[in-house]
Amino acid sequence: MKNRRAWHQGIASRLVQAAFLLGGLILWFLATTRWGVNQLLLPKPGIVLQNLADILASGEFVGDLLVTLTELAAAFVIATIAGTILGYAISRSRYAISVFEPLLSGIYAIPLILFLPLYVLFFGLGPASKIALGATISFFPIVLNTIAGFGQVERSLVKASHAMGASDYQLFRYVLLPAARPVILTGLRMGFTVALLAIIGSEAIASLAGLGHRIVHLSEGMETARMFAYIAFVVAIAVILNAVVSGLEARGRRP
Amino acid sequence: MKDEIAIRVRGVSHQFGEEGETRHVRALLDTSLDVVRGELMCLIGPSGCGKSTLLNMVGGLLRPATGSVEVAGRPVRGPMPQEIAFVFQENALFPWNTVFENIMLGMRFQGVAKDLREPRAHRAIEAVGLTEFAQHYPSQLSGGMRQRAALARALSLETDIMLMDEPFGALDEQTRMILGEDLSVLLARTEKTIVFVTHSLGEAVFLADRVAVFSARPGTIKQIIEVDEPHPRKPDFVTSPKFTALRNQLYGLLHDEIRKTVGAPAGEAR
Repeated sequence: MKNRRAWHQGIASRLVQAAFLLGGLILWFLATTRWGVNQLLLPKPGIVLQNLADILASGEFVGDLLVTLTELAAAFVIATIAGTILGYAISRSRYAISVFEPLLSGIYAIPLILFLPLYVLFFGLGPASKIALGATISFFPIVLNTIAGFGQVERSLVKASHAMGASDYQLFRYVLLPAARPVILTGLRMGFTVALLAIIGSEAIASLAGLGHRIVHLSEGMETARMFAYIAFVVAIAVILNAVVSGLEARGRRP
Repeated sequence: MKDEIAIRVRGVSHQFGEEGETRHVRALLDTSLDVVRGELMCLIGPSGCGKSTLLNMVGGLLRPATGSVEVAGRPVRGPMPQEIAFVFQENALFPWNTVFENIMLGMRFQGVAKDLREPRAHRAIEAVGLTEFAQHYPSQLSGGMRQRAALARALSLETDIMLMDEPFGALDEQTRMILGEDLSVLLARTEKTIVFVTHSLGEAVFLADRVAVFSARPGTIKQIIEVDEPHPRKPDFVTSPKFTALRNQLYGLLHDEIRKTVGAPAGEAR
């Protein structure tokens, strides 16, 4: 009974969400056909769709997509390794937590995209500067959640494990890690999302290749319809990636 | 076996914080205690008198500031998982593991050979009557069942000594009584030496061979009372005159001490 009601409510909210999307599409269609909005600013949905089909059919997106995904993967791996190891090291001492936790949250609150010009200076216009920025931005939620995850392990569990003779490795493997895992996984998901943002964003600002670069390039060439098609493509990629990562997080949370 | 000393505590003291600090608390003062092999010793006393502190010292989880603790003739310098198992008030079950996995993990920590663990886990689960719940997670169990699971984990370690820190403290009175009866039956079958911290007078008299009564902070043992009644204790022991007399004797000893920690009654100058 209760389940059925929840199910109905779920369906209802999906319907409303779909209606919003459809409403947006209708407004877009009306703006281009009835209200005479300039085609250069807002191309017709049909033309955008044609462009999207063309991009997908020709496979011209592959090069840019690979650049962006490679940058994303490299940045996320670096941030994950640095964030979890440093986070664990800091979480081991109350003193270290009291020093570094406020410092790291403080830095995290700064718009770190400001580092991009510096990174371009250091690493050039190629992928290295995007990887550096993506890794920097995604490092913070990962390290902060790792500290929080290991910091909140119930002391009674640690005490009981010591009393039963657990070695340091066993304590980590069977107690600290499973206790901290859900919080760390949330940090990894957040880190992944901000890495994607940072990389597409920095590609759009200063770069030689990648999806963000392609979109800005088309905008500068006044190829608005194709630019819209690429934006739709990037949105789809981002939705898929985030859905996959959220799914992995939910799986990892289960005991 | 008679009168063999399993736990020997000599003149231990403990304080939290340094002398002169505002947070300085003397928890335990020059306390000595012998626990005989195979007996169940209850520690009872006002809050903060150092009962749990003493238990942690015996278990090697806390170093006494002065004095010494010996278990099985050897000085305690740290946890002794081969000799001592703990049951805590906050049952300390791993919430991400099932009852069965919790018990298996305890034996892994203790270093039990792999092929011995499973039969021992099943035996321990059966002993506490949780067979149907072996594959449940702690969050799916009632408070009483969680304590049974924690007890099973301690039993599976097959130690000579079991230290229980208010194991039923967070449970309601009825569940407590039933668990107490079951514990008495369970322990009558084993040769274990048990030290049991409790707040409950009834629980102390019902379970213990001897009850050590603590004075208020800084705590030390004020008197030891014998409960001469064979295990397993029957439920009707609770209604016997002997039980009532012992309970009243304990109440008399404790009342003044508890009054000291709570403060004088209203209208009485101190």
